[in-house]
Amino acid sequence: MLTFAAVLFATGVYGVLARRNAVLVLMSIELMLNAVNINLVAFSQHLQQITGQVFALFVIAVAAAEVGIGLAIVILIYRNRETINVDEVNLLKW
Amino acid sequence: MNSQEIAFVIVAVAGTIGAFRVVTARNVVHAALYLVITLSSAAIVYLLLAAEFVAWVQILIYVGAIVILFLFGLMLTKAPIGREALDNQRRGVAFVIGLAVFGGLFYLLQDAFPWEASEVEPFQGTASSVGTSIFRDFVLPFEAISFLLLAALIGAIVLSRKDDAP
Repeated sequence: MLTFAAVLFATGVYGVLARRNAVLVLMSIELMLNAVNINLVAFSQHLQQITGQVFALFVIAVAAAEVGIGLAIVILIYRNRETINVDEVNLLKW
Repeated sequence: MNSQEIAFVIVAVAGTIGAFRVVTARNVVHAALYLVITLSSAAIVYLLLAAEFVAWVQILIYVGAIVILFLFGLMLTKAPIGREALDNQRRGVAFVIGLAVFGGLFYLLQDAFPWEASEVEPFQGTASSVGTSIFRDFVLPFEAISFLLLAALIGAIVLSRKDDAP
């Protein structure tokens, strides 16, 4: 169980670092959040406490908010810059 | 191995393959569809852990809503196809870092939690028990999360609407 979560998390880290497309980077972040959720539910089962599942639900809600904001920002960047490659968006770089 | 463990191994292998394809697929729409496989396998893992409410919420929110949002995002941004367009030049470094993260996590988890198969009663995470816990012990975080969702909703609308109207 925890190994599966570790595999998902490491895959998400690789995706965040290797992808150029901002939407794919967001997808990799979702993979990492899912790994965390699997761990939370597994610990909830092991410790016989419901708290882990409650926090998994909170993480899902935060992930939904994050994807909404993230995609809004991505679409805004695309509208202004005609690209969503994360290595070409250097607005904050000086 | 009992049937639950066999089912878990099958689901975990499917989810792992899906996750690898998400980060390596050359077509972004295929990546989104492989993400569906991984998210569904996570939902089945929750079901195997007797956390049924979390599993259905996972299907509803992730597979139902977030993947659709991703597909809309891909459509609206005219995503390119091809490895060079989707991946940057640091793939090797990223692979090494990902492998290191997995090694570290695996070692730490095996070191800290050397569980054998638990013989305890399966612990039901039904909607009723989860709801009781949320509204008895976690009311304030629940309100905070609903406020966060409202803020995200308004923020997304403000960000993505055209600015020509004052």
